[in-house]
Amino acid sequence: MKGQPSSSAKKRNKIRMTTNMPILELQNVGKAYQIDSQKLEVLKGINLEIKKGEFIAIMGPSGSGKSTLMNIIGCLDTPTSGKVIFENRDVSQLSEGDLAQIRNQKVGFVFQTFNLIPRTTALANVELPLIYKGIKTEEREKQAKEVLEKFGLSQRIYHFPSQLSGGEQQRVAIARALVTQPIIILADEPTGNVDSKTGEEIIKIFQDLNKTGNTIILVTHDKDIANHAKKIIKLYDGEIV
Amino acid sequence: MEKLFETFKLAIITLKANKLRSSLTMLGIIIGVTSVILLVSIGSGLKGYITGQLEGLGSNSLFVMPGNLEIKPGGGGAGGTPGAGMTASKFTLNHIRELSQRATTLQAVMGYSENNGTVSYGGESETLQVAGVSYEYPQVRNQYPSQGTFFNVSQQEAGKKVTVLGATVAEKLFGNEDPIGKKVTLSDNKFTVLGVLEKKGAFGSVDMDNQVFIPFTTALTTFDMDKVQSIWIQAKDSTQITQAKEETEKILLRTLKEDDFSVLDTGSILSVISQVLGVLTLALAGIAAISLIVGGIGIMNIMLVSVTERTREIGLRKAVGATPKIILTQFLIESIVLSVSGGIIGIIFGVGGSLAMKRFIPTGISLWSVLLAFSVSVIIGVVFGVLPAGRAAKLNPIQALRYE
Repeated sequence: MKGQPSSSAKKRNKIRMTTNMPILELQNVGKAYQIDSQKLEVLKGINLEIKKGEFIAIMGPSGSGKSTLMNIIGCLDTPTSGKVIFENRDVSQLSEGDLAQIRNQKVGFVFQTFNLIPRTTALANVELPLIYKGIKTEEREKQAKEVLEKFGLSQRIYHFPSQLSGGEQQRVAIARALVTQPIIILADEPTGNVDSKTGEEIIKIFQDLNKTGNTIILVTHDKDIANHAKKIIKLYDGEIV
Repeated sequence: MEKLFETFKLAIITLKANKLRSSLTMLGIIIGVTSVILLVSIGSGLKGYITGQLEGLGSNSLFVMPGNLEIKPGGGGAGGTPGAGMTASKFTLNHIRELSQRATTLQAVMGYSENNGTVSYGGESETLQVAGVSYEYPQVRNQYPSQGTFFNVSQQEAGKKVTVLGATVAEKLFGNEDPIGKKVTLSDNKFTVLGVLEKKGAFGSVDMDNQVFIPFTTALTTFDMDKVQSIWIQAKDSTQITQAKEETEKILLRTLKEDDFSVLDTGSILSVISQVLGVLTLALAGIAAISLIVGGIGIMNIMLVSVTERTREIGLRKAVGATPKIILTQFLIESIVLSVSGGIIGIIFGVGGSLAMKRFIPTGISLWSVLLAFSVSVIIGVVFGVLPAGRAAKLNPIQALRYE
């Protein structure tokens, strides 16, 4: 039973190689933690394909494994069983440095708590991934300013996170996720820490981004938010239902 | 390279954001480096001064001291006679006469004694060192009277009550008055002032011009002694110093036992003194170095706190593409910047301090101590930064991002 989805996924993969190839493929992915003598399975037999231009919402109650799934998709975490194929590369075969490079250039993270670095300006926060990409100062500044302007933050470039509203902070965080032009954007409860009106604005941003061809994966437990996505995946006790 | 420069810039920003904390952390290193440089410069300044003083006596000088002083460092004061008064002296006027008459390799033989006495003139009174010396003193020490004359050989032979004043004494007792020919009271005796010696300058807090000179023959009667404390000898030729030493020993052994006296030459005194001062300097620098280590522990402590405080930041950096190596470099650079800026400030304080102290005591800033202090502070930054930086680099990004 367990081997079946894996082999069928491989078949699908082969067929689509020439047409619409998935960016990312999870094959029978499981994640388990050993706590004392008890084995805690957070994810069980997950099979998932993400293609370019998709807008997927991952839904489920807290503790259902949403965040773990997102971390595995974003190469922040590795599964304890199964395979993750990121752009034809088996993630389990990659080094720590390779994974850091994928996170840097292929994935954009947006967090519930924004996670901006407090002592640096909005501009410096957006520049951060470009520093790790090795882009020169002037080019870096130009790219970061462009993205910030796109999100209506041109007046806030030199503000520190503490001087920005929640909505503005989250827009800076989205700008940071987009500045490296990733092939996939992962947002973990991006509206969780802002009021509902700002939340709608942020969802609108993701919808617009999706319209211009970006692949978006949104983790949420809010049904109204999830309904904005094109596809909803429901997780319950670590399994897709 | 670009990344390294960015990391460096970031370290500066981070340290600037916590100004008080950063400067307190640096303080340990600053104090350590400052004290290493200061102590070494005092030590080498002292050594240079004493060496210079002894070399000023000429390489053809010999000192005959009471007791067996072989290899033992002289305990005498600077500029005075090392080892004088350690053992009861057995030198009499006869020994001095015998030496100057029999020896063929000796040019000058001087008796020498040191006593404390009170000199008074008019209402003024001064307690100071009274040196009993020979008439050859000015030539041997290369210090001549600026006014009047030194006493001559016949005044010495006759044990006349005459005196030559140091510059400071003359100023204190006489002020603007001309002291030549005046009578001063010294240990209940009246002494005629023959001259005033030129200024020699202060050695630290000790004023070398605050003493008076009388013939050593007179000193024996004035201070009621029957022995000369030590004998200063000048050899005819500095190349024949060994022969002069052997001859002196031979002549003295006719009437004295081997353990009664020691003949020291400037070379052996110099080597003993520089050895002692070298060890002393090293020991002082070693003690100062302990504060460098304590400073290093302070850096490690604050870096560990910083890593814990910035756990979420580290998690985020990893999420947007920082490798463990980059995180390690970031924190390592922070601790190196802390210790190196502390080191540089310490060098400025140390060098400035020893330049300021030069007005009071001889100091000599040595390049090796500056370089050593600087490189030690770099090493401290690396050594005490590795543990916190390694801890930051190893953080699991998911747990770090969840850290509250």
